[in-house]
Amino acid sequence: MYKKKLYGIKFIIPALVLYTVLYIIPTIAGMVISLTDWNITRPEIHFIGLQNFVNIFTSRGGQYMASVGHTLEFTFITVILKTLIGLGLALLLNKGLKSRNMFRTIFFLPYALAPLIIGISFVSVLKPEGPFNAILATIGLEGLAHSWLTESATALGSTMAVEVWRMAGWNMMILLAGLQMIPEEYYEASAIDGAGKWKQFCKITLPFLRPSLMLVIVLNTIHGLRVFDIIYSLTGGGPGGLTEVINTLVFREFGMGRYGMANALNVVIFLITVIIALMMQRVLSGKESNE
Amino acid sequence: MNNNMKKVIKFVFIALLSCVIIFPLYFIIINSLKTVEESRMLNFSLPSEFQWGNYIEVIKAGSLVRAFLNSMLMAGVSSIIAVLVSSMASYALSRRRTKVHNMLYVYFFLGLIAPVNYVTTLFTLKFLHLQNTYLGIILEFATLGIPFLVFLYYGFFENIPKELDEAAVIDGCGPFQLFFKVVFPLLKPATITGMVLNFLGAWNDFVTPLYLLSDNKKLGMTNSIYNFFGEHFNDWNMVFADIVLTVAPIVIIYICGQKYIVSGTSGAVKG
Repeated sequence: MYKKKLYGIKFIIPALVLYTVLYIIPTIAGMVISLTDWNITRPEIHFIGLQNFVNIFTSRGGQYMASVGHTLEFTFITVILKTLIGLGLALLLNKGLKSRNMFRTIFFLPYALAPLIIGISFVSVLKPEGPFNAILATIGLEGLAHSWLTESATALGSTMAVEVWRMAGWNMMILLAGLQMIPEEYYEASAIDGAGKWKQFCKITLPFLRPSLMLVIVLNTIHGLRVFDIIYSLTGGGPGGLTEVINTLVFREFGMGRYGMANALNVVIFLITVIIALMMQRVLSGKESNE
Repeated sequence: MNNNMKKVIKFVFIALLSCVIIFPLYFIIINSLKTVEESRMLNFSLPSEFQWGNYIEVIKAGSLVRAFLNSMLMAGVSSIIAVLVSSMASYALSRRRTKVHNMLYVYFFLGLIAPVNYVTTLFTLKFLHLQNTYLGIILEFATLGIPFLVFLYYGFFENIPKELDEAAVIDGCGPFQLFFKVVFPLLKPATITGMVLNFLGAWNDFVTPLYLLSDNKKLGMTNSIYNFFGEHFNDWNMVFADIVLTVAPIVIIYICGQKYIVSGTSGAVKG
């Protein structure tokens, strides 16, 4: 009984009100508006059901479907690269080296910087006359030089590379925390039994690391689907819409006053996120029950 | 000997890898100290003469003092609000744990998954007559931090024994006195982690002010830099000087508070 008085609803109300008013209500309102043709240039708003979504998914070759495709491509490839590079760095910097803390600090640093600022910086780094091509030339690869952000073949890949540059160290940090929870005795015991490094990695490290790996994969996926700042500052969606992702298109539609469509695109990100999160949940719990 | 060789090779390999991070940073800093013409070459060479004046000039041209104060105000106050309301909510949620409380916890947790809808958030702020105000953006930054902070504190409360609360009550503490005088000081590690992460998040947030603040005078440093870049996209020395000044406070916080950032980042693993 004392609990009710001591930990009353008064404690919860401030956070609950803020979160409900500025987060939940806008999210629900967005879902409702996504079912309308609200457009600032027209006086009336009509309920049009799922028409916005039909338009997004049927305009083959059109900007909407293309942006969904780019977003999925961006997400899929960056998730794989961030996770693998993060894992590699974590394994390299887990133990041994005395200077490992310094290197951890360096690799993790980009995570603390604003994605927008990283974007602006890499606009200069990736210019045709910029330092990246100069480094390629120095190591004898001048044949690979490109105008990375403005050529259609390299633009989307370059934005992915910058995103991986930004987040690999963050993946490393989470995976390092996972690695450090593995008891050292397992490695010692298996070494006595004659297990090699590779076998230890497959039989001890990976199974123990699975929760951390799942976590970074889920979070990388969420980050990938939401990408905005990096693309907006690096390419602005160009050249010719080849790096347009859902969130840059949301901003464009919003700017043109097409609120119905802007919200429908937002709902698409939401739905893809939920579907992927549920799938990951399934994979995770499915594997767990096998043990 | 063999072992030492391995260590040296590993060290060299990692050092080379870290150049991938260091080179762009060095490039930005060194070019922020060149003349406009030199900086347009976009190379790694040292400036013929260090142009420290670039920094003074960019502070004036970019109205950076104002932007700095805006950033401090918005990131600072929103972090304090976020930490206060989240720790209070998390406290009641983790101590009570009735069905309703567990549902509320899941309700807050949803915020970690669902993306923010900025368009309708703007409409909501307009409805509340808070669009284009410091208060509006501060409340929004605070709200964005709530889901993660509730989650962070929730895990932390498991380590704070309930017997402590009971002892304080016997000593005559009221509910709020108990929380603020006894419990809250014990949350210090989680609170610092939350403050640092929220501050970085708000300082670095570009998209929230892009949608919610159209008054240029209220923009913080991150958004100011975007506008500055738009006007001076060929004056790389100035753009880079602006970048260095915007990033400097963050790097200081990063170096001083790294322990807390890491524990906040990896804390999710144990949760």
